[in-house]
Amino acid sequence: MTEVAIVGIGMHEFGRTDGVSGMDQGVVAVRRALADAGAKWEDMQFAFGGSQSAGAADTMVSKLGLTGVQFINVANGCATGGSALFSAYSAIRSGMSDLGIAIGFDKHERGAFRVDTKSMGTGDWYGASGLALTTQFFGMKINRYMHQYGITQPTLGKVAAKAFRNGSINPMAWRRKPLSEEEILESPMLSYPLTQYMFCNPGEGGVALILCNADQAHKYTDRPVFLKAAVVRSRRFGSFEVLAPHIALEHNAGPTVDASKAAFEMAGMGPADIDLAQLQDTEAGAEIMHMAENGFCENGEQEQMIANGDTEIGGRLPVNTDGGCLANGEPVGASGLRQVYENVLQLRGDAGERQVPNEPKTAYTHVYGAPGISGVTILAR
Amino acid sequence: MTSQVHVAEGVFVERPDGPHLFGSRCNDCGTHAFPPQSGCQRCAGTNTDKVELGNRGTLWTFTVQGFPPKAPPFKGSADPASFVPFGVGYVEIPGQVKVETRLTESDPAKLIIGMQMEMVLVPLCVDADGNDVVTFAFKPVS
Repeated sequence: MTEVAIVGIGMHEFGRTDGVSGMDQGVVAVRRALADAGAKWEDMQFAFGGSQSAGAADTMVSKLGLTGVQFINVANGCATGGSALFSAYSAIRSGMSDLGIAIGFDKHERGAFRVDTKSMGTGDWYGASGLALTTQFFGMKINRYMHQYGITQPTLGKVAAKAFRNGSINPMAWRRKPLSEEEILESPMLSYPLTQYMFCNPGEGGVALILCNADQAHKYTDRPVFLKAAVVRSRRFGSFEVLAPHIALEHNAGPTVDASKAAFEMAGMGPADIDLAQLQDTEAGAEIMHMAENGFCENGEQEQMIANGDTEIGGRLPVNTDGGCLANGEPVGASGLRQVYENVLQLRGDAGERQVPNEPKTAYTHVYGAPGISGVTILAR
Repeated sequence: MTSQVHVAEGVFVERPDGPHLFGSRCNDCGTHAFPPQSGCQRCAGTNTDKVELGNRGTLWTFTVQGFPPKAPPFKGSADPASFVPFGVGYVEIPGQVKVETRLTESDPAKLIIGMQMEMVLVPLCVDADGNDVVTFAFKPVS
């Protein structure tokens, strides 16, 4: 079977870039990825791209050049970037194409996401009544998890402090000021038990990744990174998901567990083989729960692991080495690809001040979003 | 004269024993859903009936909405000066389903996972015609 390599990466700085549209940030990311690969836009045989709030990705050809490229828009909520990457991976793995690009970008209004309950198929009463906030789900999920598995509030503070510490040494990050655990714990309570600085913000940014058939990777780079697995899963009956007016009585572990297992199987690896991971951290509780859902620990072990520093850049399993969503914000279309960008940098040894020591060989990404969808990738060099 | 109106028709109904949410029940596998659904999420069948769900249950998890939701869609007071935080949780209706709901209690110290809850109606806003708009919530059983 054809192997797939990532041979070019490009990113537009995350955060707030006034006066630059989300799509233009995507264009910058594409040009940087092309330069990184030493490839030209006209070499691209396909493009998969998407944004949630910054326009139809395929219209960016008017800025990049009208080459006739097969450009397909991807819209899959928080898994938009992961879905673009999965599509690109499949196009190469099938043997249909040799070289192409996955693109994600976005630009959101300030404040919590405004949810259109009509487009979700739920009645107006849902949002009108003061429900339908993603932040409520995050608070409710970690609250129950803490109750069940003995995770404490100071541990939430430690996770957020790590994110801002890592972000402070990432020149592409939005939040570059370290915050102490005390500042985080004492900031306003937004959705109990989560405080203001435990949440990421909707933001802006763009990422592009150039993929090729691995047997041609040497044409573009002497340090290819191989995409060993790319998986997207939606929810099955019985899972507990964001923006759900009801949950079934019977319990199912959810799409992250399904996507993770499928990805490990596809890659022929297990969690112990992974050297670093980027796990969806829309808030501090999510990172903790996603450590277990992705197979990196048992439920409840996070309390001790985080106290030990296991998830720090120099720890046993560094998590969210670029500061994650907490320090980078969440431009929905680009967020999943940012994780892959960071992993490619780490595997190339190009992550600078935040480089994971001892030459990591494998890296993992995970995104999660509405209405219950997860995307996982596994990279190796 | 003004009167009390529901936030939307068909979400809940008032009965002598208190308000009830409308849900649906699959006649093939018995699975309940809220709000009512024409298809069953569990068995993918289409043989469902609209039912009135039980109006008591246990608190499964909760949070507190500490900042004003964006309006629209929120119809309550979104002005930070007058916004009053409210509880949000899932209440498990025995043998049926867990429903997402506002809670009358907003002090996390007074909310305990597993506690008994009952459904009530709470004021949300006043509409353009001067009617008091109510939505549903669950309150701890005293």
